[in-house]
Amino acid sequence: MIYSDKVLEHFKHPHNQGVISDANAIGEVGNPVCGDVMKIYLKVEDNIIKDIKFETLGCAAAIAVSSALTDMVKGKTIEEALKITKDKIVEDLGGLPVQKVHCSMLGVEALHEAIKNYNKEK
Amino acid sequence: MKIAYFDHSATTPVDKRVLKEMLPYFSEKFGNATSIHTLGRQAYEAVEKARQRIAGQLNCESNEIIFTSGSTESNNLVLKGIIKALRNGRKMHIITTAIEHDAILEPCAELEQEGIDVTYLPVKGNGVVDINDLKKAIRDDTILVSVMYANNEVGSIQPIEEIGKLLRAQKRKIYFHTDATQAVNALECDVKKLGVDYLSLSGHKIYGPKGVGILYIKNKSPLKGIQLGGHQERNLRSGTLNVAGIVGLGKAVELAGKERAKNNKKIEKLRNVLIKGILKNIPETILNTDIENSLPSHAHFSFLWTEGESILFELDFKGVEVSTGSACASGSLEPSHNLLAMGITPEVAHGSVRFSLGKENTAEEIKKAIKILPGIIAKLRKMNPLYKKN
Repeated sequence: MIYSDKVLEHFKHPHNQGVISDANAIGEVGNPVCGDVMKIYLKVEDNIIKDIKFETLGCAAAIAVSSALTDMVKGKTIEEALKITKDKIVEDLGGLPVQKVHCSMLGVEALHEAIKNYNKEK
Repeated sequence: MKIAYFDHSATTPVDKRVLKEMLPYFSEKFGNATSIHTLGRQAYEAVEKARQRIAGQLNCESNEIIFTSGSTESNNLVLKGIIKALRNGRKMHIITTAIEHDAILEPCAELEQEGIDVTYLPVKGNGVVDINDLKKAIRDDTILVSVMYANNEVGSIQPIEEIGKLLRAQKRKIYFHTDATQAVNALECDVKKLGVDYLSLSGHKIYGPKGVGILYIKNKSPLKGIQLGGHQERNLRSGTLNVAGIVGLGKAVELAGKERAKNNKKIEKLRNVLIKGILKNIPETILNTDIENSLPSHAHFSFLWTEGESILFELDFKGVEVSTGSACASGSLEPSHNLLAMGITPEVAHGSVRFSLGKENTAEEIKKAIKILPGIIAKLRKMNPLYKKN
């Protein structure tokens, strides 16, 4: 199982890691029993995701996915963000080992969860 | 960057003295050990010398040893080969443990599919089987007990001698196999003292080459070959002998025996410094290795609120190499079966890291690991949404 340089780079220096204290939507998915928990914080203004941050418990792939995903989402409209698929994240990371592809799904699910909560609150 | 290698349970470097003895058998003395001309005889003699050296260490006859490609093959051969030799249409039962290597567990699972009953003994919290559980598991149709000598992950040592005595006291013969792969560096492997009928070991765990190992088969014990076609090794293991590898294995086994006491003393001291330093500097850390009952090389930790693969990479970036029992590093979604069998919860097992020390580790390397690990654990905990931050 070999990671791409890009995965390791994101893992080493993750982008958008942390919390947004005045987030207007939060999504959390995963389970510590499975070893993966991902939490996404969103700051949405005028339908645009102005800021996004993540907290993740998990392997290098899970952390790299969180970092890459938040880069992709930042500045996008809600509709654009919802179009991001796991395949796009995998592609952006220069590929993921087969057994790690589920980590990219976790990223998409966390984002969707946050957006769902945002729409509920609106 | 100089690498501090703490993954000797995965593999070890070839000792330079081992390599030196192997080198002539690649290009100069390259003969096939079954050829009868001069080069062939040279190879044959080298193989037989290695066999004698190993027999000397195991306290057995040299014709009780066959060479294989390593412990995985030896384990497969012993399990399937005994069944092949003894199968008679009646029910048959094998007893093993929940903490064996997959090279035992997977062949056992296959045998179960073929109608053989297998009992997997549980282990206590310290990763050691309870002999009373074994006593209770023995049935009239039990033909084989297979228990590893020492566990690869947490380093727990199993009561092989005691099991050997118990099995010898039975009215009916029950054959006894031990996978000694992880034990040879640290523990004497006298097959008579242990009371085993079969024993597996591998070269690359003991500063020998990869791709070579042995199966010890006590004289007249049942076994049929499962790899056929070349008639080598008394038809029990066909395939051209890996002469250079076998020469290296012979030397490695001999060195392991001669230098065991000295290496154990040095390694245990370093290991204990590592344990003390880590437990002192990193809160919410659990030591999974029972140091009263383990190989001197092992220190297995769970760092709560973290995931092991992330720790592995963070350490690797800084030149420290370890391994993890986290699911994320294994390709499955389950954490290590050893840790779960010890009653460790999946959450805790995911955050686990194994240090397995070797004879070339230094006090400076230990100091480095103790120094860098607290920052890594703190960084990963900080990223964890479930971790309560101050």
